[in-house]
Amino acid sequence: MSSYTPQELMVAVASREIRDGDLVFVGMRLPILAYAVARNAHAPTARGLFEVGLMRDQPASGFLGTMGDPPNVTGALWATRMSNAMALMAQGNVDLGFIGGAEVDRFGNLNTSYVGDPRKPSVKLPGSGGGADIAILSRRWVTLMSHERRRLVDRVSFVTSPGYGDGTAGWRKRNGLLGGGPVSIITTLGVLRFPEGGGEAYLASFHPGQTVDDVRGNTGWELKVADDVSETSEPTKSELEAIRHFDPDGFWTRG
Amino acid sequence: MTKVMSMAQAVERFVPDGATVAMGTGLEALIPFAAGHEMIRQRRRDLELVGPISDSLFDQLIGAGCVRRVTAAWVGNVSEGLGHCYRRACEQRIPVPLEVRDHSNFSISLALWAAAWNVPSLPTRTLLGSDILRTNPDLSTGDGLVHVKAVRPDVAIVHVQRADEQGRAHAWGPLGITEEAGLAADRVVVSCEELVGPDVTLSDPNRILFPETKVVAVVHEPGGAHPSPVQGYFKRDHAAYRDYAEQSRSVEGFEQWLRHQVLEVPDRASYMKGVDLEAIRITHHRPSVPADFGHE
Repeated sequence: MSSYTPQELMVAVASREIRDGDLVFVGMRLPILAYAVARNAHAPTARGLFEVGLMRDQPASGFLGTMGDPPNVTGALWATRMSNAMALMAQGNVDLGFIGGAEVDRFGNLNTSYVGDPRKPSVKLPGSGGGADIAILSRRWVTLMSHERRRLVDRVSFVTSPGYGDGTAGWRKRNGLLGGGPVSIITTLGVLRFPEGGGEAYLASFHPGQTVDDVRGNTGWELKVADDVSETSEPTKSELEAIRHFDPDGFWTRG
Repeated sequence: MTKVMSMAQAVERFVPDGATVAMGTGLEALIPFAAGHEMIRQRRRDLELVGPISDSLFDQLIGAGCVRRVTAAWVGNVSEGLGHCYRRACEQRIPVPLEVRDHSNFSISLALWAAAWNVPSLPTRTLLGSDILRTNPDLSTGDGLVHVKAVRPDVAIVHVQRADEQGRAHAWGPLGITEEAGLAADRVVVSCEELVGPDVTLSDPNRILFPETKVVAVVHEPGGAHPSPVQGYFKRDHAAYRDYAEQSRSVEGFEQWLRHQVLEVPDRASYMKGVDLEAIRITHHRPSVPADFGHE
């Protein structure tokens, strides 16, 4: 019996993607916790930017169910309109963004809009929110999702938030996308990464308790595996303490 | 002349059937739920809703059969996930068919700024490479940019912390797309936690959201944003969002929720009697330092 949940591990892994000094477009759910963990550990000068119209340089002092909750406003560096936050991203000033995904494909494209024909969908998903903006404009981005065959698919049927498109070299640049694209997909089973310059995702690490075959078996395409694939580092004691401090009732991490 | 009236009067006069209505422009905060519930009680039909993300309010209006089209970036329940009524309308045409014009948060803001500035469209680099370009006829490409067509609401409805009877509204905290929605709309309806005198609103003109010439109605509606948060007044009522998500999972559950929370409730004051105010009221106040507007 492990002493942490898969979500706690995902938050810890996501927090390690944040570098000190980064301007992070935080988004919703687990990334809110990842920012708080990073800020308290290895990235003390990382700032968080929220599309609702907020910038912070410290985690909120109370639980956040959404980025618009009052504790996220108290002590903010900037409370403003959304288009001002988007202006920074449009200028290439956002170093890292997080996007939640319903469906992702081997080239990192995300679908959060429609399963099936958009004119007659079998599932209508909530939509882009700020996801497409982050995918196109932030310098690099990360997505987090539950690792299931139906979610990690060969090609998504609808690209809400583009990754590396059809996977051909230079796809983003040819299509005028400003930012660099996805760097990792953090799942409940492992961490997938992309080669320098983009392309097809490969397995970089599998979470404790999983094997390479487990991960590949739950992926909807022939997942490539890094030569140096290894086990994902477990959350440290201080990472877990920070996660449990910011999510005291386990709203996000013990569902 | 005072613009103060009841929510029932404001909806009756300024939100006709078929109107294009911007709501929920502050994203998760300051959502005008009281206005939405009154629109449901008055059985509005064929509305076009315009917003960025909608934290359950659009889902409720869709489930109640008020909506013909949604022009938005995201429709669901932010802490709980999918919007069940939204799904049923898109997938099964229940209770009525729904047209969706997908945007991103950035592009819906630009669509409203375009209308505010009275230009046909605004160019942007966002949405390049996204299939949203294929499904929304209001988005086109040219010269390596995306052109976002103006979206002009007939009315924008906002909830704020305080306003005076002339419609000078003060809101604080993040503003989302509230300013562009108000400027783009023909008219603005304001609901507020506190109705204050012009001595308060005019003491800080920087904080006034819209020109008073846009505002046609002011509704003093304490708790009018519940269950969404209001900085300095109410926390987000997470439990209410969870209850709504669970109850709206089925048509029958949603209809029961609708009866208990909306149809059988005459107004917001009655609704608030059923809310555990002590659980959500903000009691530790943090007022800002006043700005000095002296001139001599």
